[in-house]
Amino acid sequence: MGSLGIMIGTWLAGFLTLAILSFLYKDNPFYKLAEHVYVGVSAGYWLIYVAFFDVEPMLVETFMTETGLERWILLVPAALGVIMLSRWFPKIAWLSRWPIAFTVGVGAGLGITANIQGYVVPQLQATLLPMTGFNLVSLNNLVLVVGVVTTILYFYFSKPHKGVLGWAAKVGIVFIMISFGASFGYTLMARISLLIGRLYFLFSDLLHVID
Amino acid sequence: MEERGKRSFWEVMDDIDRRIIFVILGVVVAIPLLISVGSEIPPTAPVISAHESVETLEAGDYLMVSIDFDATSAPELMPMLHSVLRQAFEKEVKVVMLGHIAIGLPLGHAALEQIAAEYDAEYGVDYVDLGYRPGYIAVMIAMGREIEDIFGTDYQGTPIREMPITKDLHSYSDIDLLFGFEHGAVIDYWVRYAQARFDQRMTFGTTAVMAPDAYPYLQSGQIEGLVGGLKGAAEYETLIGQPGLGTRGMPAQEWGHLLVIGFIVMGNLGYFFTRRKRKAAGGAA
Amino acid sequence: MKRTVPLIITFLTGTFLVVSFFVPHSPFGELEQRLLIWFAIVAGFTMLLGVDSLIRAHVRKVARAQGGWGHSAALLVGLVATVVVGILGRVQYGSPFHIQSPFMFIYTYTIVPLQATMFALLAFFIASASYRAFRARNWVATLLLVSAVIVMLGRIPIGAAISPFFPWAQEWIMEFPQLAAKRGIQIGAALGAVSMSLRIILGIERSYLS
Repeated sequence: MGSLGIMIGTWLAGFLTLAILSFLYKDNPFYKLAEHVYVGVSAGYWLIYVAFFDVEPMLVETFMTETGLERWILLVPAALGVIMLSRWFPKIAWLSRWPIAFTVGVGAGLGITANIQGYVVPQLQATLLPMTGFNLVSLNNLVLVVGVVTTILYFYFSKPHKGVLGWAAKVGIVFIMISFGASFGYTLMARISLLIGRLYFLFSDLLHVID
Repeated sequence: MEERGKRSFWEVMDDIDRRIIFVILGVVVAIPLLISVGSEIPPTAPVISAHESVETLEAGDYLMVSIDFDATSAPELMPMLHSVLRQAFEKEVKVVMLGHIAIGLPLGHAALEQIAAEYDAEYGVDYVDLGYRPGYIAVMIAMGREIEDIFGTDYQGTPIREMPITKDLHSYSDIDLLFGFEHGAVIDYWVRYAQARFDQRMTFGTTAVMAPDAYPYLQSGQIEGLVGGLKGAAEYETLIGQPGLGTRGMPAQEWGHLLVIGFIVMGNLGYFFTRRKRKAAGGAA
Repeated sequence: MKRTVPLIITFLTGTFLVVSFFVPHSPFGELEQRLLIWFAIVAGFTMLLGVDSLIRAHVRKVARAQGGWGHSAALLVGLVATVVVGILGRVQYGSPFHIQSPFMFIYTYTIVPLQATMFALLAFFIASASYRAFRARNWVATLLLVSAVIVMLGRIPIGAAISPFFPWAQEWIMEFPQLAAKRGIQIGAALGAVSMSLRIILGIERSYLS
């Protein structure tokens, strides 16, 4: 891309950035235009991605290079993919349930073992912490154990929160609120960082007032 | 108009046009960006661990870099990506890039090319970009058995067996560390599908939004390090001794935080003062 | 055919993948690998479905010259232009993703700024919400608010300058109470996902067929 191309591109990007930011004043035709262009261009991007990162390397090229059974068996996923598109035709739309059933089955089968082996077991193991003596480490470990147990009790027991369960749920909500507060704080940081990123683009790339 | 005249300061503040808040935020974040370049941010334990995990690699080892973000979170994750790539190329570690968020992939590729050029690294020898394949769970597990089954070619369509860097690359057992850059749930899939099943060593850089969710993985030892948000990026820059856009953005970040804390305080003061008045008037608070 | 075959497909693939997890040897391992590759291929096609309904809706709007049809036209032009330059890039440079390809021009100068700015807007809305809605109405809300403020102060240099308490408290919150609650919630969610997966495989949960 030549320097003229970069200049035109940067001004285009600058215009689109300001068009989106104009929404802060109020909804307007520039914002609407930018929003629609975004949806259209993104959809086009996805089509190109599917074509050149999925269909071409995984189906077409493999079909050309493989031989025998390895070659012809590719017709199975190709057929599943094409059948998926039967949704476009109401009369045979029900056929699309087959590939959907296949993807759902794969997701469910893999999900069972992954969630247990990859989350529940290691996370429970990591919660079984030693509490030896009255010191800061033990106290922190106690906080962690109590927090995990009471949060689970608060969220996942459908019995009325009365008696011991009621107290546990009350403690649980303390942990949950601290956690939500922390998440809010972190989310705010992230949003401000995004604004910084856009302002940096305007000041640096577009206006050249900073390096 | 008469009604309006009687309103207290706090009532007026409670009713302020939100566009005024927008302008204040814009100005408060813009000014530090224009006048300050930021200073070193002392690193915290999760970021030090992340840096350490890359430091354990030796020349010729393989680092897999996963681009699991797009432009919506680039200001936070790109500075981290730059730092990690610099650290890797400095140590002559081989970099294998791929990604699960298709729309962000070119951002990762541009960073890879830029940093590789700084270190005179050669494509196909010192680094490679495998690109993207749909269905990330399937991609992650299948790579545990044979990477070529999924990535027969790189992002440009070159067969991976034709390049020296990927000639003998088969599975996670050939990958010494995975460093993922995450803005969504892909981190959970990496941990649950690749770490748990194949014992792959992993470290992550995440957006600030995702960082709290990743802390349990850090404490359980499933991941080795965690770089969270722009501040994490600035800390990483301190560790590699090369300040970049993370450090550059921190003064603006700081003022943004202070302003919002100010907003929260003002909002609550107004709430308490007007509540008393509302109660006195007999209305529900 | 319409319901039974999909239920059988789901049952067989799901069950097989659970079995092959425990018995990764031949022939299960190889067969699992094949299913995974197929899954990746089919997953790409699901993306096409969304694009189709998008095109239909906007073509209709333009054809009937409904209100805002100009915007719909811009959407369609953007879509077609992107696809055309993508194909051109493939022909001219061997890949649409080549750095010189016009496809990358569209990516860099339209998709990136539009996406980034849409999310940058959220900074303004969250600031406004902090002013208007983040109120200490009761002890629960107060707890949330205090935690948020400590975390925000603890993550910036001035927090440490005011008092070393802030960075310390920030890290403590993240590593203990925050972590504990996240873990509790996630363990519940993971168990929920497991039970949902079982219901799907056994054909009890069928909403994906509707």
